Amino acid sequence: MASQAEPLILGHPTFRTITDDVSQLTERKTPLPWYFLFAMAVSLALLLFGMLAYLFIEGVGVWGVNIPIAWGWAIINFVFWVGIGHAGTLISAILFLLRQKWRTSINRFAEAMTIFAVICALIFPSVHVGRIWLVYWLFPYPNQMAMWPNFRSPLEWDIFAVFTYFVVSAMFWFVGLVPDLATLRDRAKNLRRKKIFGFLALGWRGGNRQWKHYELAYLLLAGLSTPLVLSVHSVVSTDFATSQLPGWHTTIFPPYFVAGAVFSGFAMVTTLAIIVRRVFHIEHIITLKHLENMAKVMLATSLMVGYAYSVEFFIAWYSGNMYERFVFINRALGPYAWGYWTMITCNVLVPQLFWFKKLRTSIPVLFIATIFINIGMWFERFVIIVSSLSQDFLPSSWAYYRPTWGDILTFIGSFGLFFSLFLLFVRFLPIVAMAEVKGVLPEANPHYENKGEHS
Amino acid sequence: MAQEQKQIYGILAEFESAAALLHAAARIRDAGYKEFDCHSPFPIHGMDEAMGLKRSPLGWIVGLMAFGGLFLAYLLQGWTSTIDYPLIIAGKPFFSYQAYVPVGFGIAVLFGALSAFFGMLVLNKLPQPWHPVFYSNNFEKMSTDGFFISIEKKDEKFTVDHTTTFLASIGGQNIELLQGDRVE
Repeated sequence: MASQAEPLILGHPTFRTITDDVSQLTERKTPLPWYFLFAMAVSLALLLFGMLAYLFIEGVGVWGVNIPIAWGWAIINFVFWVGIGHAGTLISAILFLLRQKWRTSINRFAEAMTIFAVICALIFPSVHVGRIWLVYWLFPYPNQMAMWPNFRSPLEWDIFAVFTYFVVSAMFWFVGLVPDLATLRDRAKNLRRKKIFGFLALGWRGGNRQWKHYELAYLLLAGLSTPLVLSVHSVVSTDFATSQLPGWHTTIFPPYFVAGAVFSGFAMVTTLAIIVRRVFHIEHIITLKHLENMAKVMLATSLMVGYAYSVEFFIAWYSGNMYERFVFINRALGPYAWGYWTMITCNVLVPQLFWFKKLRTSIPVLFIATIFINIGMWFERFVIIVSSLSQDFLPSSWAYYRPTWGDILTFIGSFGLFFSLFLLFVRFLPIVAMAEVKGVLPEANPHYENKGEHS
Repeated sequence: MAQEQKQIYGILAEFESAAALLHAAARIRDAGYKEFDCHSPFPIHGMDEAMGLKRSPLGWIVGLMAFGGLFLAYLLQGWTSTIDYPLIIAGKPFFSYQAYVPVGFGIAVLFGALSAFFGMLVLNKLPQPWHPVFYSNNFEKMSTDGFFISIEKKDEKFTVDHTTTFLASIGGQNIELLQGDRVE
């Protein structure tokens, strides 16, 4: 067809082969490597829960936070995980509104990644409050103390932004899953599977009277998620930007954080996509074209992030504010310069490889580059938080910030939780949105047969 | 009480492609049927028109709920910060409506999304595990590559003979009666 120079899905698939290829991943016997990986991931997740228990028993002193560095790894990890989530929503919602049909192959597991990343993100600020048993005070509810939260505080905005983001992402994901759960229900060979998927599919029967409401609900959820995803990281950035601290008190933060979030999220999606397509042999569904498109998004967002880094420096000089200038010179040349230059290397220099088609279509290059970007984006938050806080207004309190083993193991453990959930997802649920992929095949177009000789 | 008898619920016919389903839907609409549905593994562009369906009212529901959420969020923030628990923070006015934007927006989106999700379920009458089409074993294909039209018995024009021949005349295959054991 003239409108599609390249097919989105390779290997002349039919509706049936798409169902077979995706569904059989959940139906076959669990492969042995899965048990191995799951055991590793669950061990790390248990490490996370162990570290959280240790934190609850001992208090936040188990971390390297102090005054003035009251926000250490916990908040770095929070921003890191929330940022990763953003790519999933961007792929599922924004690319949907922009009619980017190639998204259908990757949106399901990108959305799953969003939900799991937001779960990891929600843990950190919740446990960072210190008195975890009072964390429900963050929510506005009528209470015997006659107290209400302070709605003028960005920290309170955060609760609503991230909580809403989680709920909306989860609903969006489930709505997308319903037709595919019906596919698994209809294919189920034994009664147990039939019952489980019959329950989850809600009795979906694919009638157009259902699709009519379904499609509009999907469109509305996409339309609501689009400003939401842009707002979430903007609100996260106001945690910093509304403070008076040099290095934080800048108006560039909201767009800069959103660009960084999309950048890091796409890096994580690409990393996972490369592994998933290889392990599950779905290279014809998640094609090189998808990876190349994601590399282009990473290149674009990398340039935005790089632009933000340089504009921050320019404004630090141009504003004539000596504290602002000190903080930025200190970032690049001070005690945390190694972190700053790690950030610049990973986030600005490495993605320049994607200018070259040969490199951005090379799986090993993509894989390694995305790992670097993930590292670089963690360091971006490290640089923002630690370098601004550690040399504060009182030189007598300047000290070098070091994480404790508690910080490090908690962070490693959060990857365990993320991968445990992700492995459960790839084992038991359809990792590709089958109904949506079928919808972008040429045969799905009702005018296909009128024109086509090639059927 | 348990009195069993075969009960006819409707007729199911299979069509070979999305295009065939779309054309058949238009024929059925023109023939005056109302209680029919076109089942496909993915939504087919133009099917609403072919079936003569009106646009889903979900957009209005979601829009109203989102604005309702925004209103409630401002009410909550304004009332708690000015009347129930006024606190001077950084010298800002009690009713700092600019500072209420993020929470107002968050709650508006939350209400909108919840009503999109539950509104879709309610309009589709889901969850509904039982439906006549599930009496057909052939219907299992629907979620993979099957294109079906079901006409329900409650339609005024429905008669087993006429409807069957009509469905066959517009290209329906594997036409079967949807019937099952009725237990009362």
